[in-house]
Amino acid sequence: MELAIEADGLVKTYPKGVRALDGLTFSVEAGTVFGLLGPNGAGKSTTVKILTTLTAPDEGRAVVAGHDVVAEPLRVRRAIGVVGQKHGIDPEATGIENLRLQGDLYGMSRRDIRGRSQELLERFGLVDAQKRLVRTWSGGMQRKLDVALGIMHRPDVLFLDEPTTGLDPEARAEMWQEIEGLTAAEGVSVLLTTHYLEEADRLAAQLAIVDRGSIVAAGTPDELKSELRGDTLLVELGASVNGRAVEALRNVDGVREPSMEGRVLRARADEGARAIPTVLALLESEGIPVVAATVSRPSLDDVYLRHAGRTFEEADQ
Amino acid sequence: MILATRQTLSLTVRALLALWRQPWFVAITLVQPMIWLLLFGALFKKVVEIPGFHGGSYLHFLTPGVVVMSALFAAGWNGMGLIEAIDRGIMDRFLVTPVWRGALVGASCIHAAVVILVQTVVIILVALAAGTSFSGTSIAMMLLLPLLLGGAIAALSNAVALVTRQEESLIGIVQFVVLPASFLSSGMMASNLLPGWIHDIARFNPVNWTVTAVRSSDWSLIGAHAGYLAVLVLAAGWVATRAFRVYQRAV
Repeated sequence: MELAIEADGLVKTYPKGVRALDGLTFSVEAGTVFGLLGPNGAGKSTTVKILTTLTAPDEGRAVVAGHDVVAEPLRVRRAIGVVGQKHGIDPEATGIENLRLQGDLYGMSRRDIRGRSQELLERFGLVDAQKRLVRTWSGGMQRKLDVALGIMHRPDVLFLDEPTTGLDPEARAEMWQEIEGLTAAEGVSVLLTTHYLEEADRLAAQLAIVDRGSIVAAGTPDELKSELRGDTLLVELGASVNGRAVEALRNVDGVREPSMEGRVLRARADEGARAIPTVLALLESEGIPVVAATVSRPSLDDVYLRHAGRTFEEADQ
Repeated sequence: MILATRQTLSLTVRALLALWRQPWFVAITLVQPMIWLLLFGALFKKVVEIPGFHGGSYLHFLTPGVVVMSALFAAGWNGMGLIEAIDRGIMDRFLVTPVWRGALVGASCIHAAVVILVQTVVIILVALAAGTSFSGTSIAMMLLLPLLLGGAIAALSNAVALVTRQEESLIGIVQFVVLPASFLSSGMMASNLLPGWIHDIARFNPVNWTVTAVRSSDWSLIGAHAGYLAVLVLAAGWVATRAFRVYQRAV
């Protein structure tokens, strides 16, 4: 198995004493999309900064495309493409000028730059806009140009750091399609970071969940979800009732891991549809008002809750 | 080496295209030199009558001073472009490509040099229109020597930008340095009429090296001062290149 990325025990502490990474370890198989999923501040961007040689780890070691990021940064830089969390495009230049400069920085031949620019502009539907200043483009178009810049020199490993953050749903769906096509068209290995569960679910073949600077779970999205037996029960209560509801559920057959967050009572059930009437009846006999109840198949949100000990929305504040 | 040159040129083209698209930027940078040249020049017109001044018109004396001071300002603000690139994420995109750090600094210095050249030409033209005349050598020195000073200051401005990463800090530092550096020189007043302590400080002031060389007809002095400035350019360039490490440690 060839590895595109190996990160081993990465530690990074920022000057203010914030420990962004706390022994982060994972590896990415060549030719696949690997998702790093976690809430804001989990350490995803710091990981990308280290793997792309932008900054160095305090401890640990990382190899990208066969080269050590600290010892051979220039070799790593030649082999990788990066689409950062912030736009990297120059808004005061035209689309074609952005691509041309990128090609020049990598030392591509003039001819190759011309051909590759047109190829990418066509693929991303940017041909008509190419001679306009990028600041006049829509957010979705700008993000596509970001991706085009990232793959301009045909990298072996591509980093997509939250590629759809800030895009409207339509532009996000379009971007997902582009990303899905990338591994096939370019033969590139992709490290995708995201704090959208559905994005990780849809795009990543392998997934690692990051929380507070280390990996708390890893596997395929299906593996991670199947670790959770049964369905998720969500019962929204009419009032906060402290631990009483959770206690009531502990003794119900086929219902596990009850927990309470705000007014939402959450539990796992082998067969959700069967458990619901029992649970509702029990809550009613306890005098706890119920506003709504839902049963759903396990989602990555549940996986996150299980491993990080809090819901995704709560961590993502 | 070939790649490094190409990177520098491409980054320079990027900076100059942006400048070309904002011509008002150059126009605004010309307001201050005009104030110095025309208002200050008129206000202190009689300064040349002080015994010890070498006579001639004050405007003729002042023009090289304004040229050098304007170069100092223009170069000092050069780091602003870099902070903008940092804020926009452009710098981080550049830094993960195989770009040579020197190319990033070099492109900034060439950009500053072009701005300075345009400024200088306009200042000289205005001075000529106001009735002054200069020798060919004098004009050549006014066009060339401020470029060295500007290159060094632009590189230092870039270094400050990389370390502070904040426009406010850069503005503060530039204002703290530029005006005093201009007044602690013979830019506005004949060298032999400067107070003793200013005269002493001026000997170590790159602004003064530039101004005295521009006004001089002594080639050994011009050569020596151009040499100092060239060394300063190299040192500043080295500092700016190192500043990328400080920046990358902090991101």
